[in-house]
Amino acid sequence: MLKDITLGQYFPGNSLLHKLDPRMKLLLAICYIVLIFLAKSAPAYALILLFTVLIVAVSGVSFGVVLRSLKPLFFVLIFTTLINVFWSNGTTVLWTWGPFAITREGLIRAVTMAIRIVLLMASTSVILMYTTSPISLTDGIERLLSPLAKIGVPVHTFAMMMTMALRFIPTLLEETQKIINAQKARGADFDSGNLIDKAKALIPILIPLLISQFRRAEELATAMECRCYRGGGGRTRMTVLRFALRDFFAALAVAALLAGIILLNLYFPALL
Amino acid sequence: MNAAELRGVSYVYSEHTPFCKVAVDHIDISFEEKLVTGIIGHTGSGKSTVSQLLNGLLKPTSGVVEVDGKDIWAEPKKIRNVRFSVGLVFQYPEYQLFEETCYKDIAFGPKNMGLDEKEIDERVREAAEIVGIPEELFEKSPFDLSGGQKRRIAIAGIMAMRPKILILDEPAAGLDPRGRDEILSRVVEYRKKTDSTVIMISHSMEDMAVYCDKILVMSDSKPYMYGTPAEVFGRAAELESVGLTVPQVTKMMLLLAEQGFDVRTDVYTVAQAKAEIERLIRQA
Repeated sequence: MLKDITLGQYFPGNSLLHKLDPRMKLLLAICYIVLIFLAKSAPAYALILLFTVLIVAVSGVSFGVVLRSLKPLFFVLIFTTLINVFWSNGTTVLWTWGPFAITREGLIRAVTMAIRIVLLMASTSVILMYTTSPISLTDGIERLLSPLAKIGVPVHTFAMMMTMALRFIPTLLEETQKIINAQKARGADFDSGNLIDKAKALIPILIPLLISQFRRAEELATAMECRCYRGGGGRTRMTVLRFALRDFFAALAVAALLAGIILLNLYFPALL
Repeated sequence: MNAAELRGVSYVYSEHTPFCKVAVDHIDISFEEKLVTGIIGHTGSGKSTVSQLLNGLLKPTSGVVEVDGKDIWAEPKKIRNVRFSVGLVFQYPEYQLFEETCYKDIAFGPKNMGLDEKEIDERVREAAEIVGIPEELFEKSPFDLSGGQKRRIAIAGIMAMRPKILILDEPAAGLDPRGRDEILSRVVEYRKKTDSTVIMISHSMEDMAVYCDKILVMSDSKPYMYGTPAEVFGRAAELESVGLTVPQVTKMMLLLAEQGFDVRTDVYTVAQAKAEIERLIRQA
């Protein structure tokens, strides 16, 4: 049951997207999100969709994986679509039933919102999750935020915490499964009874888990201190991030996309 | 009569994924009733998988698991009852303790069985006595105890369910020598007292030689050898070929024999070795 959870899954590979500098990827991902919300006309949406498909193709991640990653979004999508369809103000009423009215504007808003959410999720997960290892991602975040260190923000500590959190997710899952099995062997029953019974049944799992995590944290802290860890001051890196030509081309491509969307917005009527 | 039997059992982890791994491969194993059977094998040879198959925590990919002559998966809804009659003590069981007091923790299993207060109390006291936990500790928090005591509380928690088969995965791992002997001899004592069957997984050939009646050697997801300690440890060369070894005293006797001393080499406990060497000295 627990092994089905995929969290920040990284697919090792050798594509152009894998090789991009994580800093550039973070910046471009942010630009991409802005772009998605800039689009106003139908051709602009089509262009972004095309570009997203291109990104997935370049990354070498299969489309099936990307589609599956959208599965948890299903309820969010249905929910936002319903709200937009029924609670949007509009002038062109298409259909009414009692207090409910569907307007042309509401329908368009619902569809564009759904498209935006799907594009947002698909592009950021391909750029930042599937093609960027957690380590290089936190490395990129640390470097991008490093100017903040000058005004006293503990950037290194923050990045280290993130690295460790990501590193211990699989360990935590494994340990949880072990404790679940051990309590099952003592006849613990997690499936029957009402909601309160089920919540109570979690106590035999949560308490040992909490205790073991505290113990692990302490051991990790000791192990780090034994190797003279004193935070980020004066630390050098094994792999130093350097922008390469491909990073500028990637930036160029996104800039071109931005220009394209602005032009399409100008020449074609906005949907709303 | 066999207490438990695996017939043509395979188990594959993460089937149909890139991480697919065969843990046990079409194995037939019988565990004889009222014996202490030891399972030895390399890391990844399938020992722990066998233990989890026996109490229904894992469902075999193919094949039949029988306990007391009955297929445990005949009624999948009643698999919880199998876990009460086949008690499984995991490796480092002290990490599963969670109750406020030792007494409550030992009582967790019997409580899940739906027994009445009186029966639970009787079983908790009995199990605590077998593992050597005095009554003064009953109302203490298990987290205030020493590592060895925690381990004993955890084992008592399984014994209190009075399983007909008790399986222990590395019950003595990480304990000091005295703690090891204490735990293992109490497990053997439990078997005698309750007339049950014990299956023990261990990496220590010395412990196996002293405490087990029969030994099952696993290698490469399959059973490799089965017999009494004397039979198994008499085949030192074969054991070494699968990355295992014989107890150190047996090694010493083999070396002595190689040097031309007239000693028996089917010696696998320190006590036997002592007698054999004394005999040798007396002869000389």
